[in-house]
Amino acid sequence: MIAEIALAMLWLAAALAVLQLVLGSYALTVRGAEFLPAVRPIAVVQGVLVAIAFALLIVLFLRTDLSVKLVAANSHSLKPIIYKVAGAWGNHEGSMLLWVTVMGMAGGFVALLERRLNERTMVATLAGQAFVSLGFYAFMLFSSNPFERLNPAPAEGNGLNPLLQDPGLAFHPPTLYIGYVGLSIAFSFAIGALITRDVGPAFARAMRPWVMGAWIFLTLGITAGSWWAYYELGWGGWWFWDPVENASLMPWLAATALLHSVSVLATRNALKAWTVMLAVVAFSMSMVGTFLVRSGILTSVHAFAVDPERGSFILALLAIYIGGALALFGLRASTVTEGARFHLFSREGALVMNNVLLVGVLGIVLMGTLYPLVTEAFDTKVSVGPPYFNPVSAIFVFPMLIIMAAGPLMRWRSDNGRKLSSLMAVPALAAAVALALVVVFAGDIGILPLLGLVFAAGLAIASVLPLWKRNLRRTPAHIYGMVIAHLGIAVALAGMASESAFNTEKLVASEFGQSHTVGPWTIELQGVKPIAGANWTALEARLVARYGDSNVQTVLNPQSRMFASPPTATNEAALLTRWNGQLYAVLGEEGDDGRWQLRLWWKPFVPLIWYGGLMIGLGGILALVGRTSRDRRRKDEPEFEPTAAPAPDPAVAGGKEALA
Amino acid sequence: MIRGLILMVLAMLAAPLAAQDSLPPAPYAYKQLDDPAQEKTAQDLMMTLRCLTCQSQSIADSDAPMAGDMRHQVRTRIAEGEDPEAIRAWLIERYGDWVSYQPQVTAMTWPLFAAPIVLLLFAALIARKRFGRARATGDKS
Repeated sequence: MIAEIALAMLWLAAALAVLQLVLGSYALTVRGAEFLPAVRPIAVVQGVLVAIAFALLIVLFLRTDLSVKLVAANSHSLKPIIYKVAGAWGNHEGSMLLWVTVMGMAGGFVALLERRLNERTMVATLAGQAFVSLGFYAFMLFSSNPFERLNPAPAEGNGLNPLLQDPGLAFHPPTLYIGYVGLSIAFSFAIGALITRDVGPAFARAMRPWVMGAWIFLTLGITAGSWWAYYELGWGGWWFWDPVENASLMPWLAATALLHSVSVLATRNALKAWTVMLAVVAFSMSMVGTFLVRSGILTSVHAFAVDPERGSFILALLAIYIGGALALFGLRASTVTEGARFHLFSREGALVMNNVLLVGVLGIVLMGTLYPLVTEAFDTKVSVGPPYFNPVSAIFVFPMLIIMAAGPLMRWRSDNGRKLSSLMAVPALAAAVALALVVVFAGDIGILPLLGLVFAAGLAIASVLPLWKRNLRRTPAHIYGMVIAHLGIAVALAGMASESAFNTEKLVASEFGQSHTVGPWTIELQGVKPIAGANWTALEARLVARYGDSNVQTVLNPQSRMFASPPTATNEAALLTRWNGQLYAVLGEEGDDGRWQLRLWWKPFVPLIWYGGLMIGLGGILALVGRTSRDRRRKDEPEFEPTAAPAPDPAVAGGKEALA
Repeated sequence: MIRGLILMVLAMLAAPLAAQDSLPPAPYAYKQLDDPAQEKTAQDLMMTLRCLTCQSQSIADSDAPMAGDMRHQVRTRIAEGEDPEAIRAWLIERYGDWVSYQPQVTAMTWPLFAAPIVLLLFAALIARKRFGRARATGDKS
């Protein structure tokens, strides 16, 4: 019964989306203006209905209702409760339901909360959101129904892929999806503003919190995914430029560019067309990513739906939405004024340069991800991996880091460079010191890791310089947000460079009582014993680790687990974190001679990668909170920031251009 | 007749011997080379070779038996002093371009390498178009 109610809710929500689209479009015409106030409530109710449908799916998984096909295929009565819940979205149908749920709820929240935007633009935005949602409702209801029954019901379910049975991964997909789909709001705002020819600071201020929110979730989702790959796959890799990883990186790159350009539009009334374009591109990348993962076109751990029918459905949706948005953009581009002008050598100029470079990286990642699919169509299978992505993206990333260091220190509109050159001497010195230290103490570590460490040192110093000579108490929260996020980039970069520069690896076949050294560590294998968990059995090793000459002994317990349903073996690595790095131990198989395979790594400074990612996300949260409360305080007047060195006579310039 | 029988017996004896060197744990699948410099060269190469039976993993981070065999191949050949790129070429010849994560420049793959140049030119064009005009009008205001 629950499944049928949920399905009915889903159909109702889809019907309301149709209404939202039709009524919203009609309300925009001259005769339909009386329907304008009706659109918001429809969007709210649609969000509530689809959320109920999703909640009911979770209930079905909690009850392990095996008469529902999806539950039987992906759950198991003995699974721990957290994985029963996570099982609801750890599969194709459930994740698509999550997608439309986030989309419907985002539309509902916009309808409830956003009161500053012109009502016509708002209604056009909600109609756009309904239009995009409809495609995905159709996809769910016609080819991926999560509430399909199974008759007769099986006695037991198949279980969830054990690799996914991990607390980190349980919440990784929803985090990422909120980010992906949150960008749909930016997309709809762009469409709405194009339709009503209303691209301007008010539109940018309405869109900004949604872009920032989506970007924060994407940042945290990617960070969590990388951490999961690092410790769960048992080989200590944190990023492999795998197509599925790229699918999450591409929307992030576009959203990062959008985040900066939307701020310029909100505060400086510049970059109008570019912001609209990026909003379209960002959500398009979310859809491309979903297509890549959901269509089964890739062979990869994440791609668990292999079904060409679904692939073509998503491809059609992609063509309709991206093509439609670009066509609309083409039609209306001439009516979008360019906005306020500025010099190349200014803060806006730096932001534009970095936006272009970010889009360059996006182009490379997109090309490298899709190209193997193109050649496969011509019967040549090629692989594009780290040896391509690392150096080629570096061409764009390193100039970007320099501009990122300098940009926040520059004036708006036009900068004469005098103050900048004296301020930039400090980070340049830090970079030189880092270079000397690495060359003297580490020797040859390869060009990219070397550049990474040097740039990280320079950027770390440069990113806190915007606070220089400021009253720290009166500095607004979003400035702290920017500083922390930029510092986070430097921290993550240092971790990435260290990971490829300083790793030491040891593979051994060990007897009991035998000691091994890896880096500064001495590790003794003391024993291996069987243990059992809720739905798995495992062999667990007891390793005792000592650092350097220290007498402190730490016990590590790496496991090799066997899951019964579905039958799969996984490695649970044991990690030991010190301030200067991480010891990573994996238990392998027992050899014929009774010796145990051990894989040991000492990875100096590697946790910085994820600390950096968290800092970037935290910076985003601070900026979001700061900006939102600021926007609420001053509602209508155009906002101009007090900068360290204010641009000459901003009020006059802004007033004139806001009218233009 | 007798000779045929002897041949047959020999063949039967030889079969297990021949099978033996393809038997499971290839020595260097989970064992490092003694020379750290050679091991590093091997490791760098292994990171850029695809495990053909896995999903998006290099042979350096896979437990698949075939990845183990390929690691053994790479380490043995490096220990014999072979050049890493020669080993890559040999593997590509044997398994196709698919095996190497480092795409080779061919008639089929050149757009991959043209892409960054095109993107940079495009970026330069945008900047020029935008700021060429901005300078002219910016000075006026």
